[in-house]
Amino acid sequence: MKTWIAFWSILRKDMRTYYLKPPNISWGIIFPLAWTLMFFVKTGAGFGDIRSILPGVMALTILFGTTSMLAVTVTFEKKGRSFERLLLAPIPLEVLMLAKTSGAIAIGAANAFVPVAMAAFCTDLSGVTWWQMVCAAVLLSVSSTFLGLFIAIAAREVFEAQTFSNFFRFPMVFLCGLFFPVAKLPVFLRPLSYAFPLTYGTDLLHGAVNRTAQMPGWLDGAALAGSCAVLFVFSLRAVRRKWIA
Amino acid sequence: MAPETSAAIAVESLAKRYGDVQAVAGITFEVGGGEVFGFLGPNGAGKTTTINMLTGLARPDSGRISYHGQECTADVKRAQHLMGVVPDESNLWPELTGHDNLVFCATLYGMTRRDREERARELLAAVGLKDAAGRLFAGYSKGMKRKLAIAAGIMHRPGILFLDEPTTGIDVASARQIRQMLVELGAAGTTIFLTTHYIEEAERLCDRIGFIVDGRLVCVDTLENLTRELEGRHVVHLTLGSDAGRFIEPLRARFPNVAFEAVGGCVVRARTAAALPLAPLIRFFEEQGVDVMEARVMRPSLEDVFVRVTGVAAERIRKEKEQGGGKGGGA
Repeated sequence: MKTWIAFWSILRKDMRTYYLKPPNISWGIIFPLAWTLMFFVKTGAGFGDIRSILPGVMALTILFGTTSMLAVTVTFEKKGRSFERLLLAPIPLEVLMLAKTSGAIAIGAANAFVPVAMAAFCTDLSGVTWWQMVCAAVLLSVSSTFLGLFIAIAAREVFEAQTFSNFFRFPMVFLCGLFFPVAKLPVFLRPLSYAFPLTYGTDLLHGAVNRTAQMPGWLDGAALAGSCAVLFVFSLRAVRRKWIA
Repeated sequence: MAPETSAAIAVESLAKRYGDVQAVAGITFEVGGGEVFGFLGPNGAGKTTTINMLTGLARPDSGRISYHGQECTADVKRAQHLMGVVPDESNLWPELTGHDNLVFCATLYGMTRRDREERARELLAAVGLKDAAGRLFAGYSKGMKRKLAIAAGIMHRPGILFLDEPTTGIDVASARQIRQMLVELGAAGTTIFLTTHYIEEAERLCDRIGFIVDGRLVCVDTLENLTRELEGRHVVHLTLGSDAGRFIEPLRARFPNVAFEAVGGCVVRARTAAALPLAPLIRFFEEQGVDVMEARVMRPSLEDVFVRVTGVAAERIRKEKEQGGGKGGGA
């Protein structure tokens, strides 16, 4: 009971002080809008094509939103040493890190539905497998948040965390099958592509929206769940090694 | 839990190395329940590393840590509910108000809504921040931040309180108020583990004092026992009507059994193992045509013990800390 009081309190504080601030909310709206407009400018396509780019925009919104949020909140608190107070609290480290990431996960998943809401006004979304879309958004949000956490632990400054994030984010964006199908990538790049959780998240979203997934849904889901577990365990180990040294 | 008779904190052969530096080299001590224990040493001696190991922010390389007889070296987290920590920096959340910071800290220890609200009100009043409760922590002065940090450390009514340099770099009035709070906490039975570089602070607050130098605990005892060792030494301070420095060599030549040094601008410190008659000294200065404004026989202080044990002048440590920590509050 006491642990859960602490969990909810950390989550609520982070929501109030970091996530539900105007810059974050406007980012959540502007980012998907900008990606969608870029697509239309580049291809000259009409609104009818929104459905084809929707999985990509959702995936990018989640990836950039969650990794940026963790880079700020965890690194900022570590630098100001307020994170030490959390480490001194009698709550298990696993619960503490889940509390610190839950806000980003929730906001990341919610942000993913901003482009869906926009698309709903422009095109017909019938035939979308909603439960699969929700599962994909949540799983991708969890894995991206944990990736952001892992990066934030390695950084000392917020700008360092943002820079490190880009070393992961951009290769993932170009190799996850969003712009080029994975099957058409050079053979030596394909293993790398399959190592990224974004590849499975995007594929699951393609399956949910357009039924054009390249892999079975269960495989995408399992790969995403596996990457969440691996990233979380690695993050906990990094915290213990670096911050409780 | 263990019986009341066991020490609140027991440390045995605790060691920690960072790369080539042996930060803490096998220290052993106990702190009794309700005791105020001072932990003194020069900068970099291992004070903060020791606190970090005791509170779970650092892992010891070897040794044992027990709280109330319960060993928890490998998992200090099990004992974290017993302790409150006030680190050397006031590390609360700048974007929360004073009140919200306290309430948030209380939730980390699982306190119920009613309990934490009542306790926050009580502590804000106790530390004189009632009127500033609704202001953001970021806008607080250094002294206000320190007081709130201490309030946050005791929100959950811990039995053991760790304080790392609680009065460094704050104004005199705030420092005095904090010391009063610590006296009251000690009187109420809270075990206090205090590091400070203000020797007078340790002298005034602590039941026992441990000196750590280069990671080694060189002595632990009560103030009375520590100063008793020096009671055989006689120290006299003579305040002159002119600069003291130029008389040191002639004094040494005239009184070879007495150690002389200039302290500040006009004070000569004379030290000797035997009782020191003042008349020959005063006569010496009369011959030199210099007035002796004041002659004081000095009692051995904790500062003398500190200098003897650490080989470092307490004044130097104080200045170093204050340069690093802003304007000093003094003791």
